[in-house]
Amino acid sequence: MKTVKMKVNGKSIQVPASYSVLQAAKEVNINIPTLCYHPDLPAWAACGICVVKLENSPKMVRACATPVAAGMSIITHDAELHQIRKTVIELILSTHPSSCLTCGRNGSCELQNLAANFGVREQPYEIRLRDFEPDTSTTSIVMNREKCISCGRCAMVCQSLQGVWALEFVGRGEHTVIAPAGEVPLNDSPCIKCGQCSAHCPVGAIFEKDETREFMEATRDKDKHVVVQIAPAVRVAIGEAFDMEPGTISTGRTYAALRALGADTVFDTNFSADLTIIEEGSELVHRITTGKGELPQITSCCPAWTDYMEKYYPDMIPNFSTAKSPMMMQGALTKTYYAQNVGVDPKNIYSVAIMPCTAKKFEKERDENMYASGYADVDLVLTTRELTRLIRSAGIDFVNLGEEEADSPIGAYSGAGTIFGNTGGVMEAAVRTAYKLVTDEELGDVNVTAVRGMDGVRKGSVDFKGTEIKVAVAHGMANVSTLLEEIREARNNKQEPPYHFIEVMACRGGCIAGGGQPYATTDEVRNKRIAGIYKDDEQSDIRCSHQNPDIQKLYDDFLGKPLGKKSHDLLHTGYHERPLYKK
Amino acid sequence: MAEQKEKFTFSDELVSYIKEWKQKRGNLIMVLHRVQQEFRYVPKEAAERVAEMLDVPLAKIYGVLTFYHYFKIKEPGEYNIQVCMGTACYLKGGDGLVEELENVLGVSEQEVTEDGRFSFESVRCVGCCGLAPVLVVGEEVYGKVTKDQIPGIIAKYQ
Repeated sequence: MKTVKMKVNGKSIQVPASYSVLQAAKEVNINIPTLCYHPDLPAWAACGICVVKLENSPKMVRACATPVAAGMSIITHDAELHQIRKTVIELILSTHPSSCLTCGRNGSCELQNLAANFGVREQPYEIRLRDFEPDTSTTSIVMNREKCISCGRCAMVCQSLQGVWALEFVGRGEHTVIAPAGEVPLNDSPCIKCGQCSAHCPVGAIFEKDETREFMEATRDKDKHVVVQIAPAVRVAIGEAFDMEPGTISTGRTYAALRALGADTVFDTNFSADLTIIEEGSELVHRITTGKGELPQITSCCPAWTDYMEKYYPDMIPNFSTAKSPMMMQGALTKTYYAQNVGVDPKNIYSVAIMPCTAKKFEKERDENMYASGYADVDLVLTTRELTRLIRSAGIDFVNLGEEEADSPIGAYSGAGTIFGNTGGVMEAAVRTAYKLVTDEELGDVNVTAVRGMDGVRKGSVDFKGTEIKVAVAHGMANVSTLLEEIREARNNKQEPPYHFIEVMACRGGCIAGGGQPYATTDEVRNKRIAGIYKDDEQSDIRCSHQNPDIQKLYDDFLGKPLGKKSHDLLHTGYHERPLYKK
Repeated sequence: MAEQKEKFTFSDELVSYIKEWKQKRGNLIMVLHRVQQEFRYVPKEAAERVAEMLDVPLAKIYGVLTFYHYFKIKEPGEYNIQVCMGTACYLKGGDGLVEELENVLGVSEQEVTEDGRFSFESVRCVGCCGLAPVLVVGEEVYGKVTKDQIPGIIAKYQ
């Protein structure tokens, strides 16, 4: 690796030549303040708060967007720089409502933190606020444009990380708004509800649709039997909101917190992740062995991805697994199998899902198949962030909570169920079970490392006793096009499909970094959460979905066989083309 | 909807122009200029067609359309009156002409009169400062315009 020697505040250091000044300063434990910059995104120097001085030069440069150079000597902090940065903050505040006390980001706002750190006590500039109606058109996120500071992170995320292009800078100068094309509401745009904009927004301008009140009302209603499920990715991230290390496994604590919040029954979505693997794995084996159905089979458990595919790649619909997502399977079973088991009328069951994801709020009502039990299979979706607010407001000491167990009969899970939470995990879980289905033998080493990692697209193959199964994984929506174009090309040229099975997750790193997860997610945090997921897998006694005894019991007592009639009615769905822009 | 599409059919010349520019860098602004030439503004249907033909996201097109003052996304009046607000014209009373147009036409800038006949906008220097203040209607340039001449100028196009 090429390195350069330079100085930061007089201190000599050697750093990789690819570093920015911002990164170089971090090496010597100096934090230059930033606002528009986010490590997930290319630096575009919009806000100006990270200016630094170059020694022996009258020029000031923006640390985020300036590469290091040999012999460079920078000054990151002095009285003048402090004044300049403070002025930048004051100017931003002159166009930003001071409604902090009633804002969803109160206590987690990056602008608020900067104002506090810089000791802003006065408002020296004329206040020029803008008036906008909130955009509440989607099921998942709300845009409060009057709070927007035009840093551009949301548009960058939407375009470069997700390739969705729902958001763009519209207009110019002080009239700029970040909005979809043609003045349409967000819900009529290509938005896939992934919520990455809300996870990257430094202020409260884009915020998840808060439905915590619905949860509290349900728990107060004596007629309602509240059943909650938690998704795989929640357990390794929720602790961060309570100052725990990213990747800490908080499964038992989260169950306990949910009971303390008034849940009557607590299940784990990981159970239905195991079930998804049985159904989706059987579907894959059916496609491969009978030659019926399109290959490659593509995973469909990510609702942002299915929304994207229906809008951008409708020709791939036949490739999609018809298996519902674990959340929707769990919901359907909650109001049928579980309801029968405990003798509760399903109409009195209130089914709640705690998800790392804002698109799940959309998925639960995406079409009539989401009402397979005869009722809404999932009544309410709360993101991890919403749950943390509920826990805090209920005065629950999350860190010191005792560990509890999930309820039966749809709460126990295998290690394969838990790895659904990160990129490559669904593929690995599927391989573990498909191998058994095809060869009738267990996989020797269940760690399918070929599909692990953080590269945007990963390709590999698994040997099913002489049959080579070609697989690929993509995460971060913008990365999927290379794979899909490859498939299209093979199809157009009447060639063999290049893969048998493809896993796609819309968010970088997978659900562990979903749009509803705790703030301040970076690759460093992603890797820690992923390590937590694999640790949970390794600690599991059972690591393959088909070995989960409660899954076997579910088929024996209720479903019959995989892909059977009952499975078809409750656990499978379909997809249809949607226009990019609603007319 | 079908009727609308009909309304914004691209001429063969426009289609071949877009095809010619498709592979070139910086094609978007050139193409949008040409589209506006054809329809006097860039209707949404046309922007969608351009997005499809150039394989560019519609949001990117709107980013460009709304950034540059020159592009219009709403249909202007049949006669779009441009009032120069360049330095010379401004000093010679260009803003007074804007006020007078508001009074006479009964609409504000970028709005269209009810009969669809007129709209007006202020523009930067049109390049004939010697004639300040200047007003442009279509291809016609009016120099040293005074407020009281405005009703007469408008009457010519009624």
